[in-house]
Order: sequence, then C-alpha cells, then structure tokens
Amino acid sequence: MSSTPTLYRGHEGMWNWIAHRATGVAIFFFLVVHVIDTSLVRVSPEAYNEVIGTYKTPIFGLVEAGLVAAITFHAFNGLRIIAVDQSLWALRHQRKLAWAVYIIFALMMLGFLPRHLSHVFGGA
Amino acid sequence: MSAPELVAPHQRIPSGRTRHRAERWSWIFMRVSGVLLLVLIFTHLFTNLMVGDGISRVDFAFVAGKWASPLWQVWDVAMLWLGMLHGFNGMRLLINDYAHSKRLNRIFHAVLGLATVAILVLGTLVLTTFDPCPADADPQYLDVPLCQDLGRL
Repeated sequence: MSSTPTLYRGHEGMWNWIAHRATGVAIFFFLVVHVIDTSLVRVSPEAYNEVIGTYKTPIFGLVEAGLVAAITFHAFNGLRIIAVDQSLWALRHQRKLAWAVYIIFALMMLGFLPRHLSHVFGGA
Repeated sequence: MSAPELVAPHQRIPSGRTRHRAERWSWIFMRVSGVLLLVLIFTHLFTNLMVGDGISRVDFAFVAGKWASPLWQVWDVAMLWLGMLHGFNGMRLLINDYAHSKRLNRIFHAVLGLATVAILVLGTLVLTTFDPCPADADPQYLDVPLCQDLGRL
C-alpha cells in the first residue's frame, strides 16, 4: 500500500467519491466532443458520415463501452448520493447502497456489452 | 502504525459576491437534473446503441429520421441543456476544489464558461436549423422516403 498515509481509509464511499468525480469529468469532455461531431450534420451528410464512421471502428467501440460504463456508474452512484442526502435510512445503510451500485452497474454492463461489442466487431 | 498527521484542508476561494443561497440552488439543480438526465441519457443510449444494429447503423439518414419526430427534437434539446449545465456546475465545483491560486481559478472558470456557452449555442443552432434533405446532397446519404414525403426529392 501507499507509504504516505492519508486521511482517507479507502472504504466504498471514498472510492465512489473519486470515481464519481473522474467519470463526471470524462463524461463532460465527451459531451463537448459529441456536440461538435453531431454539428457536422449541418456541414454535409458526407462529413457527418465520415466522422461517425470513426465511432464504428473497434478502438472507438471500446471507448464507447468505457463511456457507457462511466455514465452507468455516475448515474447510479448519483442516485445513491441523493438517497444518502435525503434519508436517514439510506445514510445508515450507505455501504450496502454502494454495493447495490456495483451490482446494478455489473448487471447493466452485462446487458449492454455483448450486444454493443457484437455490433462493433461484427460477430452477430 | 502511528496515525497520520491531519492537514487542514485548503481554504476555498470565496466568489467575492454575495449570492443568496446560490450554492443551495446549485445543489438542488444537480439532484433534479441528475434524475432527469438518467432517464434522458439511458433512453438515448438504448435507442442509439442497443436497438437494431446499434452504432453500426448510425449515419446522417438515421439522425434525419430521428429528428423528423418532434419528440426526439425536444428530447435532444433537453439533454443538451441539462447535460451541459450539469457538467458545467460539476466542473465549477472541481475547479473550486483544486485550482487553489486565485489567478488559475479565474482562468479555469473563464475557459469553462466560454466552452459551455459555445457548446450550448452550437448545439441549439444545429438542433433548430437542421435540414434533413440538403439540396446539394447525394441522395445515397439521405433518408429517401422522408425526403420524398417532405417533397424535397
């Protein structure tokens, strides 16, 4: 482990706090890029199709998978934050709720990844 | 093992303005927009990445077909504004947490503000002035039935 001890002890809440910030920043920058690439529909259909074509390549397919993972975590951890802020019950059970976030995240990705990756890699 | 020394957190840089309950409104906005965005974005991801051939079938004609419906126009305008403002506010909080010098803080806030306004203006213009059947476009790129219905082809 780290040789310089910190205030934080590495429980679920801390990791979720870090991941919430990191995924939030990643999603923000993607949103900026995504509005710009979509704006090419006003340039010409060819220009838009060319850029969206790069989104269909294997590398970008994996980036999209990461993006969906970031959004899914941020969304359900956000619900956990709201719950912990609003209810004493949720505050008492915040650790269980953190695990609920991990489980929902895993289930959503299990539903999404096989289908998306088969679109990207052209298996199915 | 001895307990680590606790260091006092950095002082946040005050805004210099009196903003009555501004941070409370910011807090409420994050919660409300967050819940709305959850519905808006998961639906967006489902229709664009899961249905049919997913990302493989996204092209100009696909976008034209979607935006032919007022529902998706409103949907995407709402997603643009709520997403961008939610992201702007989140980034603003991070800047306040991490940009400790007054100068850096101001520079980051200025860049963030400019980027947010630029993206909101660009996105709104694209959504409100979109032409599904540009006159000089090769029909192979268009949603032909849609353009025939519109009498543009």
